[in-house]
Amino acid sequence: MTATVGKVPDALADPLAAQKPSSLWRDTLWNILRQRSAVVGLTFLVFLVAVAVFAPVIATYNPNEPMIGVQAGAKVRMPPCIHLLGCPANLPQHLMGLDGNGRDVFSRVVYGARVSLQIGILTVGFAIILGALIGAIAGYFAGKTDNVLMRLMDVVLAFPSLLLAIAIVTVLGQGLINAQLAIGIVAIPVYARVMRASVLSIREQEFVAASRALGESRGGILVRRVVPNALTPLIVQGTLGIAAAIIDVAALSFLGLGAQPPLAEWGSMIGIERNAVFAAPHLIIFPGLAIVVTCLAFNLLGDGVRDALDPRLNR
Amino acid sequence: MSRFIIRRLLLSIPVLLGVVTLVFVLARVIPSDPCRAALGEKATDAICAAFNTRYGLDRPIVVQYVGYIGQILGGDLGTSIRFNRTVAEMLVERLPVTVELTLYALLFATVVGITLGRISAIRRNSPADVGTMIIANLGVSIPVFVLGLMLAYLFAVVLKGSPIALPPSGRLSPGVDVVPLAEAWGLQGLGGPPRLILDFVSNINTFNAVLTLNGPLLVDTLRHMVLPAIALGTIPMAIIARMTRSSLLDVLGLDYIRTARAKGVSERRVVSAHAMRNALLPVVTVIGLSLGGLLSGAVLTETIFNLTGIGKTIVEAITGRDYIVIQGVVIVVAVIYVVVNLVVDVSYAMLDPRIRLG
Repeated sequence: MTATVGKVPDALADPLAAQKPSSLWRDTLWNILRQRSAVVGLTFLVFLVAVAVFAPVIATYNPNEPMIGVQAGAKVRMPPCIHLLGCPANLPQHLMGLDGNGRDVFSRVVYGARVSLQIGILTVGFAIILGALIGAIAGYFAGKTDNVLMRLMDVVLAFPSLLLAIAIVTVLGQGLINAQLAIGIVAIPVYARVMRASVLSIREQEFVAASRALGESRGGILVRRVVPNALTPLIVQGTLGIAAAIIDVAALSFLGLGAQPPLAEWGSMIGIERNAVFAAPHLIIFPGLAIVVTCLAFNLLGDGVRDALDPRLNR
Repeated sequence: MSRFIIRRLLLSIPVLLGVVTLVFVLARVIPSDPCRAALGEKATDAICAAFNTRYGLDRPIVVQYVGYIGQILGGDLGTSIRFNRTVAEMLVERLPVTVELTLYALLFATVVGITLGRISAIRRNSPADVGTMIIANLGVSIPVFVLGLMLAYLFAVVLKGSPIALPPSGRLSPGVDVVPLAEAWGLQGLGGPPRLILDFVSNINTFNAVLTLNGPLLVDTLRHMVLPAIALGTIPMAIIARMTRSSLLDVLGLDYIRTARAKGVSERRVVSAHAMRNALLPVVTVIGLSLGGLLSGAVLTETIFNLTGIGKTIVEAITGRDYIVIQGVVIVVAVIYVVVNLVVDVSYAMLDPRIRLG
């Protein structure tokens, strides 16, 4: 920080009067957009959201409809057939081929975007809300409450995450919602720790002391003064966590514990066809690429958001 | 230093107790009847009553919990309901597979990660840096199961017949002999914990091959480990590469590096001897933290590459409702994880005095 001390010459107009006050949110957004990785990530993401929203228009077929017996020449696990690229005209065109049930893989990948985006955002949203609540309570009320809550978080962190998630899904029962819940629960401690750390530093600051002196209640101070100021690291961690959540839920689906057929979910598409990888690699490559692109988008955006919001990391 | 270690050890006790309790609770609330899961749906009520008495499942839950804690403290992890083998035996047989896989993955992640991070930092903003960071970004975005299947396809189908073709599944090729160490060294009479340890080491094929000077076994083991280790190690590799880069860049900007350069120390020595030593500190933590990810990833890697390690064992135990195995294996994994984190913390404190004094 370089502060210039000195008098503003009288001839100059008051700079504050001429300048519009810039809003915090606009500044933040501007900072994020200055990060190259954030822009690349955001571009990918806009594309993915568009694919998800316009899935019915983009998809060439119903994602759950088998083509066998419906289309002449359609075969189970048929490789991609694009007429422009020299695929014989007597074969039906399928950009990414057909799967083991004779369904159009392209349409399933397109519809899968809806499922995966929703998985990432809901799972992390759930984990952030609960984690922030636990972290805020632990950090603000300190003492015994803090100790009990954080030791509980330590216990959850003592398990390799996927293992605990598998155990939780086994208890709750298989299915996409339960898989998301499991991954969400496993992710809570991370957000609780981040929130607690911010709260611990913020509650010692003068503006909080001022609120206390003005007689604001403890709950009021926590909700109105502390939490809004502790959100930044949480947002950073959350953006980075979305990709991990998508991968983890896809892993559960891959193992058959998450999304159930016939839902077009990328992880379960790969899981169902994993033994066919040597004969029909397109069934793994295309949904796999879809996961990679989605996670890459969120990771790049997360990196950009972190660099923009956390000046210590700027380089 | 010893005070720091003792404090960290004491802090692990409640965590471990919590782990054991959580596993016990999870194993009991799995919505299924362990008797019918083990004996089949046709087991009669009388048979199930006898079964429950035999395994103590008819006792009150609190009594079961206390008995269970006592058992664990006595080192008894129980007997598998489905396989009628002790969990300890299963662990001695299967944990080495996971340990071997994890060690190779960690080796890959550390060597490649640090090398890439170093190149990237030294040639900041060059095409090499950009390329490395693209690899790192892709590395954290590709799921273990996608990468594993792609590698299997590439090396077993596309490159089939070429010298670099690699086996896509299993631990050993048919016909490759493994002589247990106990047999090779004439120690069949050995019993108790020493025998368990010997068998454990013996089941890590790499160690076995080195200790018995078995060349073909070593080569075959390495060939089978390459693909799973890369699949499992890529995510930590990417994280380590990014961490090394940013940490090395931080250190290279410090005054003592400028001093070293001013003294006329060669650039190679500045980086290797002066900068890397300090830059690797945060990397040590990241390596330790990545162990949890490796153990999680091992579940998927073992499933894809058909390796009978503990990851696969847990998945099988959960689908088979073999809750004694679930309990035993998950506890052992969690304990390993807690201990490794402890070791990382302690080694970090040894490397950086500010931590133990702060």
